[in-house]
Formats: sequence, structure tokens, C-alpha cells
Amino acid sequence: MMTIPCPWCGARPENEFHCGGTSHIQRPPLDCSDATWGDYMFNRDNPRGNHAERWRHTYGCSQWFNLLRDTVTHEIRAVYQMTEPMPQIPSDPTP
Amino acid sequence: MSGYRLAAPHGAWLDRTRPLQFAFNGQPIDGFAGDTVASALLAQGIGFVGRSFKLHRPRGIFSCGVEEPTGLVDIGQGATRSANTRATDILARNGLLAASGNCWPSLRFDLAAVNTRLARFLPAGFYYKTFMWPHWHLFEPVIRRMAGLGVAGDGADPERYDEVSVNTDVLVVGAGLAGMQAALSAARAGRQVMLIEADVQPGGWMASQTLRPGSNASARLDAARRDLAQVGVVVQPRTTAVALYDHQLVTAIETFEGASTPVVISERLWKIRAQQIVLATGCFERPMLFPDNDRPGVMLAGAVERYAAHYGVACGKRVLVAAACDSAYGVAQSLVAAGIGVAAIVDRRSATERGRDVNAPAGVQILHDSVVVGISGSRAVRSVQVASIGGGGWQSIVADVVASAGGFTPNVNLYSQAGGTLKWRAAESMFVPERGLPGIAVVGACAGVFDLDAALSHADAVGRMGPGHVMPEAPCGGVGQVPADNQPTAAALAAHKPKAAKQFVDLQNDVTSADVLLAARENYRSVEHLKRYTTMGMATDQGKTSNVNALVLMGLATERAPQQVGTTRFRPPFKPVTINTLVGGRTGDRHRPLKHLSARGFHAARGALFEEFGGWERPAAYPVPGEDLMQAAERETLELRRGVGLFDGSPLGKIEVYGPDAAAFLDLMYVGTMSTLPVGGARYGVLLNENGIVFDDGIVARLAPHHFWVNTTSGGADRVVLAFEEWLQCEYTGLRVFIVAMTSQWGNVTVSGPNAWHLLEKAGFDALLAPSAMKHMTLRESAVQGFAVRVLRASFNGELGYEINLPAARTEALLQQLWDAGQELGVGVYGIEALMIMRTEKGFIHVGADTDGTTLPADVGLARGVDKKAANFVGRRSLTRPAGRDPDRLQLVGLLPVDRQTRLPVGAHLALRKPPTVAEGLVTSSCFSPVLQQPVALAMVKRGRQRIGERLQAWYLGKMTEVEVVATPFFDPSGERLHG
Repeated sequence: MMTIPCPWCGARPENEFHCGGTSHIQRPPLDCSDATWGDYMFNRDNPRGNHAERWRHTYGCSQWFNLLRDTVTHEIRAVYQMTEPMPQIPSDPTP
Repeated sequence: MSGYRLAAPHGAWLDRTRPLQFAFNGQPIDGFAGDTVASALLAQGIGFVGRSFKLHRPRGIFSCGVEEPTGLVDIGQGATRSANTRATDILARNGLLAASGNCWPSLRFDLAAVNTRLARFLPAGFYYKTFMWPHWHLFEPVIRRMAGLGVAGDGADPERYDEVSVNTDVLVVGAGLAGMQAALSAARAGRQVMLIEADVQPGGWMASQTLRPGSNASARLDAARRDLAQVGVVVQPRTTAVALYDHQLVTAIETFEGASTPVVISERLWKIRAQQIVLATGCFERPMLFPDNDRPGVMLAGAVERYAAHYGVACGKRVLVAAACDSAYGVAQSLVAAGIGVAAIVDRRSATERGRDVNAPAGVQILHDSVVVGISGSRAVRSVQVASIGGGGWQSIVADVVASAGGFTPNVNLYSQAGGTLKWRAAESMFVPERGLPGIAVVGACAGVFDLDAALSHADAVGRMGPGHVMPEAPCGGVGQVPADNQPTAAALAAHKPKAAKQFVDLQNDVTSADVLLAARENYRSVEHLKRYTTMGMATDQGKTSNVNALVLMGLATERAPQQVGTTRFRPPFKPVTINTLVGGRTGDRHRPLKHLSARGFHAARGALFEEFGGWERPAAYPVPGEDLMQAAERETLELRRGVGLFDGSPLGKIEVYGPDAAAFLDLMYVGTMSTLPVGGARYGVLLNENGIVFDDGIVARLAPHHFWVNTTSGGADRVVLAFEEWLQCEYTGLRVFIVAMTSQWGNVTVSGPNAWHLLEKAGFDALLAPSAMKHMTLRESAVQGFAVRVLRASFNGELGYEINLPAARTEALLQQLWDAGQELGVGVYGIEALMIMRTEKGFIHVGADTDGTTLPADVGLARGVDKKAANFVGRRSLTRPAGRDPDRLQLVGLLPVDRQTRLPVGAHLALRKPPTVAEGLVTSSCFSPVLQQPVALAMVKRGRQRIGERLQAWYLGKMTEVEVVATPFFDPSGERLHG
């Protein structure tokens, strides 16, 4: 179980949080094609290495934030605000 | 087997002043405080304790710890019974009941032991290959009864369990000398240290070497304990780390079953988060392979030594040591020093491979280049056949215990759980951790370091290193030469081979060398396949003593080194953990605590029958004597429809939405348009998720231009708040809106029925709330006896209705006041069941009952909001997907039984003919309407709104009711009653 550094409350165990999935996904406009909308709704990347995702500190401050997690090691590389861009941090070289 | 108790002072862990007695298969067993079940059995000469999993062969106690494969017993009876516990890991206590598993009718006379004779027909994969036609499931129940081990408890466990979470700088797992050294050095470096130990006492392997002549083990242990006490590190005993998860979380199980005081807690689950974890979990002994190596009396050599040192138990009168490792000689020294006879040391290695300073005790014969090739005796060892590895002659040696010493296997379970990789050391034939991991270090035998001085200096360096540092390389070795292959040679077996002997690799799962070779021949080369095909390494011991032997055999059969064969990845838990321990105190009422109404006392005084609805304990109905639940609900319905009724709607979700962009925000959230609401106006709205699926509904009222009052369903209150917050914080980040969840702050007393206003008037409510002055779907802020209330005219039952929202603590007083004031009017109270009857009569949807995870707003007749609205809202785009435009979608309609008498079960499937056929829909709500005096139902039906008047069959559990599709509402279709 991960220990997640909430930007407001500090390091807390993962079971206080809820993962909201991949971050930085752009909603297409209403008049987009069914294919584009389906892609937005249901298709996600499944990278090996860094993955930007949003988390809510449900049993704490209830605030959402982004974090950059290595999907291989679960190392948390960065924590940043919802409105901030994804930090450019390289993934570890594949072992 | 003829074990016995050694005289004091042998048995360092015993308290001989406190004798105890327990029962094994009904037989009284005497022991002392400190004994395990296994040590007490051995002391009483009982070696045969169970039957094996598949072949029902007699099995005894093999080890002296958590790795035990065969000495499994069921402890307790009835609800407290715990199956397949390791007799070697359970402390004995007065009155304990232990019993053998997997034998019927008794341990000595076991009918299924015939499997032993059939063994040649039961190779690896036998069941899979044989019971394929017509189907495995036909045979499975019989096979499961034959196989398997103990019997599970058969009731709610009355014992108590506990859970605790802690944080520490450094967690050291294992209080052997290396672990104690690491803990000491870390504490001296100023770090907070937690040291846990699975055993009753610290000391690890060193503690079992106190009998060896010339050993300074006792002195070293005393010094280590003294040093630790000086720096304030407490060894926490009986606490086994069972799992190591991401970010250095360790879970450990603390057991109290041997406690002398009355047991308050049975087991405690520790969740320990540490910056740095030091694994000092020691090693397991690796057994020798030889024919009939499963006989009761064949034991691990280190275990025989431990029983003597810790428990003062001689496992037998004449011990033959079968070895391929120097450690055997130290064991022999201990045994002789304790006065236990040692028949011989049979060393598979030559004299030159033996360590230079390694010697047998005086008078004990060493047979080099020799192996055990057979055992006489089935329920106990009577004699041992030994032959030279080069072949030729053989001899029989009288012995009642075979102490098996085939080298060591570092206990890398937790290290492997954390993702650590292993490397094979050919000299010692063991897998050791390749390197430290971030935040995780390994020391001592766990790291493959067997030389004590090297282990201590490595542990010291590990203890001193700060967080984030790389673990210094472990100086592996120090255990002498150990061959990988320790089986008897072909030449030795040619000299003497007992008939029908089997050589077991995995004692717990009855996996033999032949099974491993069969798997190899059938091309199960991957170790993961080998494991699953043969079941090797499965079940309660997870192959702690068998895995390496199996990998070596697999390597020999496929001409690969063990490194190439590889190991299976260890997974939690390290040892069996009872479900109860994981559940902890969260049972019964504490499993999912319900929310209570603040007016609970008022309801209880009216005879409420409480049930759970959406996490709240609420009155389902208020039955009077002689009424059942539904009779009560039907009476309550009539009382309300004819007069006036009171309802506690406090769990209704209530959210305050503030801010200059509140109206724009709610327009985005709801299908309907909220920004056009006048102040004081209220409007019904439907919430969709982004898939366009209806996920909640409720009334939104406007209190001020920038202030809205949002009501949600009672069950949906929490998830609507979370959804609103997610949209605000993650998507519409520019909107200036605040959300405050107020569900538990505001009570809600709903007054409805034709006389609703009469009652409020009598109770002194403001005349501005009269139906003539206040329209349906409006909200007034008012005051009652000096406190603020928000009164909403709305109705979920089709009658004139007022929802009076007030400070939650006042709810009970208001209910009581209205009850008292309404006596002349014949006021009633009604529960959830009556409400459900009335909304079904009115055809109002109940989200989650009539809708499911596929329901779009148009399906339940709520498309108008979509069509009228130009702006975007959550879910809008998904409504126009092809599936949303499918003409065959299910639509909400009314349903009546053709006979107007039969009640329709919720969940009944609608069809055109007897199933199997295609379902046309399903019944979603159903009740008997007391006001119409007939059953009514709501259903989701394919193209339902075009099928009004059509007849269908409703099928439920094989029974059919003919039904007619009708329009809703069933009652008061023009809605006149809303106006009182």
C-alpha cells in the first residue's frame, strides 16, 4: 500500500485516498464524432513508467491533486495541483 | 518414535513450575507453560499426528517452527475451531483441544489410507487427466472430500481481534543476533526502532545452540539483550511479519493464544510503516531426499536440536543424522551434550568436503560418502538403511529419529514479496537476495550470511546507514560446502531399495521426486507451471522446506542450473492468517455502522420497525399489534391519503451551493435548467454521469441569486457531493462555487396528505405557508418557535406536501409537536414502505430501483429536459451514441396483472412465451395499492411506451402471471391532489 503525500495534509496511507484515473485528458467538444467521444470515454494509455493520475484525499481534506507515479515501482515522482501542467520527469530506464 | 522429556535445566523456554494439560484426539497430554503443541506431543512420545493430503500416509512433526508441512492439527471446536494450524507454532495451554485432520474414522484406522496402495495410479495431474469426461464438476465434490485437510469452524467466532497502525523510522523483522545488532546500531544512530520477533523469545538460531559444548551462545544472547535494553529497544515477541507491500508497509500478526491471563484479544493485526525495513528473518533448513523420507520420526536436524534446547524434549532415544552439510555436526554435539543417543552421522559428502574444524561428538561414528536408502517402520522409524554412494554393501542402523540436514534456504519470502530478485550460490546450494531494495535491507542468514562475525558487522553497517543509502553488499557464505543434489545415487539405490518406497519432495502436498520428473517429461519446464501442475509449494507451508529441492530436481531433469530454473515469486501472506484477524473488530454492528436518526426515540415510541436504507437505520413501517410489515404500510398509506401523515425525511441529501457561478454550475450538472429558477422557486432535476446514465435525482431550490439548496436521494447524498466536487476541482476549475454537504445538519420532517396544511396551521405555522399563499414547488424560509426553517412544498407521494427542513437536533421535538397537535385530525406516521407504495401508485421513479447502470433519462420519461435545453451538461454527448438511439431500449411503463389480483414479484422477467426465450423487460417496482385495492407495478419494457395495452407474461421462479402494459400514474392521473 502506497504512502501518498497529500499537498495539504502530508504523507498519508493510500486507503485514505481515491484514485480518479488518468489526468490531463481533454474533453472533446459536443459535436465530436462518436469515435472521438468513445475514445475519450473509454480508451486509456497503460504506460510502463510514469503515469499522471488524479487522486482525491477522500478521508482527509477531500481535495483533488495530480501525481506522477511509476507504474513499475509505484514510486511517486511528483505531486502537483490540478491546474498545473505535467512535470517533465523522465521514466526510469526499463530494467 | 519414543520422545521423552529431558530433565531440568534443559528447556530454556519452559516454565516447569506451571504444568498444563490439553487434549489431542481426546487423549490428555501433559506439558509446561512455554511448550508448543508439538513439543508437548513429542515429549509424550507421540510422533504420528496426521495423515497426508492426497495419499493419507502417516505423518509426524517435521520441523520446529512456522515452516511445518505435516504436523497440522485442528485447534478448538465448533465456532472457535481453527483448521490446519501448525502444531509447531501454537503454544499449548490448559484445556486446549487439538485434533488430527484428514482422517476418517480415526487417525490409526483411516479408510482412505487405501490411497497409499493406489499411489502409483495417482501421479501429478492425475485428477486433471482422468476426470475430464463428462465434466470435472461431476467428480469434484467426491475428490474434495477425500483430499483436503482439516475442518473449518462452523459458527461466528466469539473471540476478539484487534488492529493497530504505527509509523517508525526503522522496522527490524526478526530478533536473531543479526536483527538485534541492526536494531541496536540504528537506535544508537538516533533512530526510532521497532523490532518484531515471531518466536516467544529473541535469539533466533543462536538460541538453539546453547547446548553445544564450548558454545558462548547464552553469553552472546544475554549481551545483545542488555545492549538493546540500554537503548530502549523492546523486542515484540509472537509477532510474525506476513506481508511487505509498496512504500515499506509491513503487516504483522501478533498472537496471544498462549497467554496465561484470560485472553482478551486473540490476535492483533499490525500495520507498520517504516522509512527503512531490515529483514533479519533467518533461514529454513533444507531436508535431505531419500526413500520414505516422510515417515514420522524423520525431522529437520535443526528442529531436533531446538526441541532439546528450548523445550527440553528428546525427539527420540537414538537419532541418526543424515547430512550433506556441516551444520549436522553441531546438532550431533548438542544432542550428545543433552544425553540423547546419536546412532551415526551419515554424510553424503566425502571427508574432504567437510569443514576442517567440524567434528562429530566423541564416540559417534561418521559414515562419509553414504546416504539413507530406506526406512523401516510406517508410523514410526524403527531402523534406517544406509548405503555407500558408490554402491556395494548396505547396513541397517537402529534409530527412531532421522535428523535431516541438507543445507539452508534463506527465508527470503518478504524480500521476494517486495520484488527482490535472487541469485543462486552453487557452493552452498542456496538462493540469496541479489541486493538491497530501496528502503529494504537484508541481514544475517536471510541475506545468506552464516558466519556470525561477518553477519554482525554487516548488520551493524546496515543499522547505521541512513535513509536512502544503498545497502552494503552482504558477505554471503560461512556455511561450508553443500551439494545441490542430495538424493541417494543410483548405485546406492541399486545396493538396497525398499519395495514401493516413495521419495517426497513436498511433504504437505504429497509431491514426490517422480512427480517432478513426470512434469519435466511432460514439458512443464517453467517453475510456475511445475508448481501448478504438481501442486508443489502450495497450501499452508508454501513450500518453505520443499521448494529448493524441487527446483534442483527440475534442473537435473532438464539439464539446467537452479538459477535458470528460477523460483516462484512469493506472495502474501508468509504464513496462514485467519480471516478474522484481517477483519479485526469490524464484525456485527461494527461491520458497517448505520447512521441513526436524531428522532429515533419518537419513532421507537410509535412502534417503528427499523431497517437499513442507504446506510441509515430508518422506520420501514410502524406496525400495530397483529399487523405485518406490509399491512402496516398499507394502513399508513390510507391514513395519509385520507388525512395527514408525518414522515422523517432527514436522510434526504442536502447540499448548499454558493457562489456567483452557482447557477451556471448547476446547469452543467443537471439535465434541467436551474439558472432560470426564480428566488424561492424549486425544480426537479436529474443527474447523469458522463456515460449519460441516470445516477441521482432530486429537487433544487433557489434561496438567493447566488445560493442554491440541492436535495438528492437519501442513498446518493455522499456520491453527489463527491461528483460535484470532482467536476469543480478537476474540470470546471474556473467556476467560483462552494459546496457544503449539510445532510446531517438539517433534519427533514415531511407533512403530507389532504389535511397537511390544517395540521401545520393548528401547530402555529405562518399563514404565508398556506397552499393558497405558497405554490407547489416553492420554498419559503420561515421560523418555528424561534429557529429558522426552510419549508419546501413538494411531494413524492402525490398529496399536498410540506418538507420542513430544520436544525437536526430539533427534529424530534417538531415531530412530537405535530403528533400532539394532529391527534384530532387523526394524524399518522408512515415509513419507507408506505412511501414506496405511494410513489409506485404515482409512477414516480426511484433511482436505483427502477433505473440501473444502463438507464438513460429518455428511458424513464425524462427526455423533455434534454430536448428543451441547448446548453451542455454532464452526460449530454453520451445520450446521442448509437446505443442511446436504439429503438429497442427499455422504457418505464406501468404493469397490471390481467386478473387484477396477483402481485408481481420485483425482478420477474417479462416475455412473450415460456422461457427459454428473449426477455422483453423486467418488473422494477411492485406493490398492492391500498387505495385502488389492486396490485400495481412499474417495469422497464422494450419499446414500452409504444406497447400500452399489450399483454405479456411475467415469469418468476417458474411461475407465470399474465400482465398488461399500462400508462402511469395509476392514481390521481391529473395530479389534483397535490393542491390539497
